[in-house]
Amino acid sequence: MVLSDQDYRLIAEIQGGLPLTSHPYAEIGRRIGLDEKSVIERIDAMQSSGVIKRLGIVVRHHELGYTANAMVVWDVPDHRIDEVGEKLGALDCITLCYQRPRRLPDWPYNLFCMIHGQEREKVLAYIDKLVNSEGLDDIPHKVLFSGRRFKQRGARYQ
Amino acid sequence: MSLDLDEIDRAILNNYQGGFPICERPYLAVAEKLGISESELIERLQSMLEKKQLSRFGPMYHAERLGGGLSLCAMHIPEAEYERVNEQVNAFPEVAHNYARDHTFNMWFVLATETPERISTVLKEIEQTTGFKVYNMPKKKEFFIGLKFEV
Repeated sequence: MVLSDQDYRLIAEIQGGLPLTSHPYAEIGRRIGLDEKSVIERIDAMQSSGVIKRLGIVVRHHELGYTANAMVVWDVPDHRIDEVGEKLGALDCITLCYQRPRRLPDWPYNLFCMIHGQEREKVLAYIDKLVNSEGLDDIPHKVLFSGRRFKQRGARYQ
Repeated sequence: MSLDLDEIDRAILNNYQGGFPICERPYLAVAEKLGISESELIERLQSMLEKKQLSRFGPMYHAERLGGGLSLCAMHIPEAEYERVNEQVNAFPEVAHNYARDHTFNMWFVLATETPERISTVLKEIEQTTGFKVYNMPKKKEFFIGLKFEV
């Protein structure tokens, strides 16, 4: 999808959040000189094309009780990356699953997934269970729990 | 942990993290499904925002499709230097979020830049400012993204 200058104005205008008013798109339109219908059409188009992944409630998981936030990293043989990635990505408790580059010799792990839970022990037990059930015993992994959170906000666009 | 959420708040959170209708009166459309009034839904969203249970009510963009750069970066910082480096890293507007993690690589942050080329520039600036190496680990392939939290 090719984005116009007008689209970028719209993207910047709504990035911090939609107005909580009865006609939010009309309000946005007033700010950037578009009518309500056009704002809705453009946002719809951006969502269909995947520029907007989703629009709506973005939670702060920590404040909702998800304080045990584990990044589980795996050193998967390259020829098994798709198989293992798809297997892990399909599990209920996994919220994100990405292949990333190794940074040898310091960092051998190439598959990253996130598990957000409410207690560390439960998250660790869950990981043990999935290693067994998915047959991943031969793939080295590490669990990195998050400690202090210093900054959390969306990316900003001008 | 007491979250101070009632059944309706939970229904809002559990059913609408995946998206909201895009129409003239989106709050009315959702409120009708929940059996509450439009103004009540708006008040509830406002209150969850004020309590910081929501970070925003708005879009999650696909950085690359917007023409931007996005990467996960890690650093290994000695404990004695952590506070200083952390402040320096967070001062970069391109750092979207930053977590301490319990590993030799103990600082993990996401960089979001306006162009893909800016990633390497900002990385170098961070290295120069802090005096520590930054390990750049951009996404190569996405197997799943479904970040959603049941309450």
